[in-house]
Amino acid sequence: MTADPDPFLAAGLLSFLAGAISGLATWKRPGAARVTALGFAVLGSLLLAAAGCLALAFPSFATWSIPLITLFPCTVRLDPLSAWFILTLAILGLAVSVYSFGYLRPMERTRNLGALGFFFNALLLGLALVFTAANAFFFLSAWEVMAVSAFCLVTFEHEKAETRRAAVVYMIMSHLGTVMILAGFLLLAAFAGSMDFASFHLLASQLPPAEQGAVFLLFFAGFGVKAGIVPLHIWLPDAHPVAPSNVSALMSGIVIKSGIYGMARVFFDFFGPAPLWTGTVVLAVGVVTAVVGVLYALQEHDLKRLLAYHSIENIGIIVMGFGAALMFRTLGHLNLAAIAMVGALYHTLNHAIFKGLLFLAAGSVVQSVGTRNMEKMGGLIRRMPGTAFFFLIGAIAISGLPPLNGFVSEWLTYQALLAGFGTTQSLTRLMFPIAGALLALTAALAAACFVKAFGIPFLALPRSEAAATAQESAPAMRLGMALLAVACFVLGLGATWILPAFDPITQQALGLAISPSLLAHGIALQAGTAQSGTVSPIGIALVFLALAGAAIFLVNRRLRHARVTTGPTWDCGLPGLTSDNEYTATAFSKPLRLIFSAFYQPRREIRPEYDVSPYYPSAIRFESGIEPTFEKRVYGPLKARVFGLSRRMRAIQAGSIHAYLAYIFVTLILLLLFGVRQ
Amino acid sequence: MIALFLIAVVQLALLVTVAPLVSGLIRTLKARLQIRRGPGILQPYRNLYKLFRKGMVLPGAASWIFSATPYVVFAATAIAGLMIPMISAKAPLGLFGGVLAVVYLLGLARFFLALAGLDTGSSFGGLGSSREMTIAALAEPAMMLAVFTVAIGANSTSLSEIAKVATSTTWHFLAPAQMLAFAAMFLVLIAETGRIPVDNPATHLELTMIHEAMILEYSGPYLGLIEWGASIKQLLLMTLLINAFLPFGLQAKWSLGGVLISLAYLLVKLLVLAVSIVLVETTNAKMRFFRVPDLLAMAFTLAALGLVSTFLF
Repeated sequence: MTADPDPFLAAGLLSFLAGAISGLATWKRPGAARVTALGFAVLGSLLLAAAGCLALAFPSFATWSIPLITLFPCTVRLDPLSAWFILTLAILGLAVSVYSFGYLRPMERTRNLGALGFFFNALLLGLALVFTAANAFFFLSAWEVMAVSAFCLVTFEHEKAETRRAAVVYMIMSHLGTVMILAGFLLLAAFAGSMDFASFHLLASQLPPAEQGAVFLLFFAGFGVKAGIVPLHIWLPDAHPVAPSNVSALMSGIVIKSGIYGMARVFFDFFGPAPLWTGTVVLAVGVVTAVVGVLYALQEHDLKRLLAYHSIENIGIIVMGFGAALMFRTLGHLNLAAIAMVGALYHTLNHAIFKGLLFLAAGSVVQSVGTRNMEKMGGLIRRMPGTAFFFLIGAIAISGLPPLNGFVSEWLTYQALLAGFGTTQSLTRLMFPIAGALLALTAALAAACFVKAFGIPFLALPRSEAAATAQESAPAMRLGMALLAVACFVLGLGATWILPAFDPITQQALGLAISPSLLAHGIALQAGTAQSGTVSPIGIALVFLALAGAAIFLVNRRLRHARVTTGPTWDCGLPGLTSDNEYTATAFSKPLRLIFSAFYQPRREIRPEYDVSPYYPSAIRFESGIEPTFEKRVYGPLKARVFGLSRRMRAIQAGSIHAYLAYIFVTLILLLLFGVRQ
Repeated sequence: MIALFLIAVVQLALLVTVAPLVSGLIRTLKARLQIRRGPGILQPYRNLYKLFRKGMVLPGAASWIFSATPYVVFAATAIAGLMIPMISAKAPLGLFGGVLAVVYLLGLARFFLALAGLDTGSSFGGLGSSREMTIAALAEPAMMLAVFTVAIGANSTSLSEIAKVATSTTWHFLAPAQMLAFAAMFLVLIAETGRIPVDNPATHLELTMIHEAMILEYSGPYLGLIEWGASIKQLLLMTLLINAFLPFGLQAKWSLGGVLISLAYLLVKLLVLAVSIVLVETTNAKMRFFRVPDLLAMAFTLAALGLVSTFLF
């Protein structure tokens, strides 16, 4: 029995289109806009989920055209790799749309939700087309639809200068990336004689070495901008937090994944076995991205910026998997390449889910407390128990702790890196265990960071009036978060049932199905060979429940005869503990700030002010911060250079029409000469 | 299947009963080396008995995280304990996870402990959480690299497989890679179990507390569970060190005789390891907190050298 996923895909695309149109139709009618636009978004996400599942169950490589536009071929193809990303988009899109029903409600009075509904659906439509376009020209068009609608969503609260600045930086960086991708496609198209992805299949590996390297670097950097690899990441921690939180969840969850999709398409479809240095570069960039991302996240006390930096970290982990897979394929170890690729793609979905969940929960908190600064939160677990619980699930998952989904994909990545040591005799093999150790560092730092990100806003006493009177979020918002929290459990505990879904993808990219050897043990995953390590999240969860249950039973039996009272926390005998006595986020991350001071270059300023006596300061001002190294050392000089160049170019723009006519004439002559010479 | 279940129960029973004994042994040995009589080897049992009979005072600022943490710590540590080969080369829950799962389960326990530290609203709790997570973050890469060195030798992250490979070759532990990784793991063990020179388990001085600061607000059965979990963690890390690096005497198959032989060897080796931990504790002063990274960097370097040495031999 087969079923064709394409009707579902087409219906999903149409639904997003209808949602965008309904947004325009309900312009300035926020109540109607919210319900219709989000309704279409939910419907479209459900249809895409069906399309993605069907395309993974019955892999096909059929291409069909969207008939509306005849200017260029609008071909669409839902192959297994596309289907995986469509599925990711659908799950996250569904949860975010459901959440938005509640989240946007308070904005009805003040905002034009019609515009938001239009761009929201346009973004989903653009993403769906990016993941399925089968023609370079159409791909770039969809890419721009996605980039521009994301820009408009980021600037939704455009009255703040911070928002406008972040959006402009995002737009500039995004277009820089697009230029590189365009150049990469043009180079490929020059050899293929066509813009169809089908004609690019394995083509890049047949190019001369110099062109091969150029194509590889152009695509890696171009897609890397969107994904947020270091050092091309600077737009990300600015742009993601300033957007409305439902948009932040989409941006960090799926929009940056379009860069990952582009890399996967290029690395495993356009390229066959690539030169070894390509994989080495990708692995090294991945490691640097992961470590730099988490280090910056640790020092961030803006809840949403912290999450944005963690997106950079997780992109690093995904890119590490791609790098390892590239190296293994070149070295001829296809099953290891498959494990690394499965790890990376699984982490792509997992990150979309737990990061979406964290952003949605953070959005509830920010909406309720009115600030993104976690030093002003605290004690929210009492006021917002549901939101706190969902944030905790996300925090456990993103820290890679068992038995949730983050653990499974990090485990696969570890296994691939570890096995990498035996794949070659050269010094290169040292890269793998070192990368593994740095992955361990990243994961441990992420855990430390999420102890802070959950502990400071949600636990202990409220640190501000707003936090003390916070309200739990609307039911629709909690439903949206619950969907993603359930997905964290399903993808973690059910990993053994989900991994066969990767078979068509690895079949397509590497020519082998990996799940039979991964699932040799039924409920446990096994990494490749009969001796290699095994893990069973569901087994761990069951034994955990049994042991914890036994402990609870024993303790409660004891406690029936004992007295349990509630008393004040130990306050060293001073009268009363207030929230001023609590550890702050700044204090929590201070040890790491000092230990990694070579990286952070922290600065600190303490200025006491005196009234009368120099012994009794009336006030003390404290300021601390870290050096934004990339902005200052890399982008500062670059910006200065660009501005200097453009100032000098101003000389040729004299404003005289005669001069301009001369320029046109000279250009024409040069072009003609160039044409004749060919 | 039934045998597997039985052996899991036996190992669990051993873990929970022997763990306080090891803590007591270390404490008594340390007292003797400092020319004190000490409270006796059985004191941790008496402490646990006392704590489980007492009532509790819960801090007013705390939420359900505070009450859930003792169970999470106990259960996560105990599962990790079932994943290591203890009384035979085959770990009872080896199928459910190898060395990575062990490290991450201990991470789960630590995550909740640190949250509970913050939950009380006391600055001591926050201080302890912050320091504990910092040290763990620095210890983890060193531990992973050491573990990788061993795992690469065995070509597997399955602890049963590692122990099997280690038992099958005589003098395996004398290979440079193994010795360097052992040294690295020993340093990590000191840091992870909160021993001098990293942390002092006997102190309640706020300047130096790490682990104790996080659990300062716990009392009664909850404190008992956490202390018990801490000693199980200590026992499991010691057993891991022993059976991954010096597994001689460890029997490959499950049989009553084999289990008894393995157990006898294990107890002797635990004694030797406890003595060396005590020697380190009594001959060193506690480090300043900001010197601990140096120690862990040393562990990382040792493990890295161990990896590089695989090129030479």
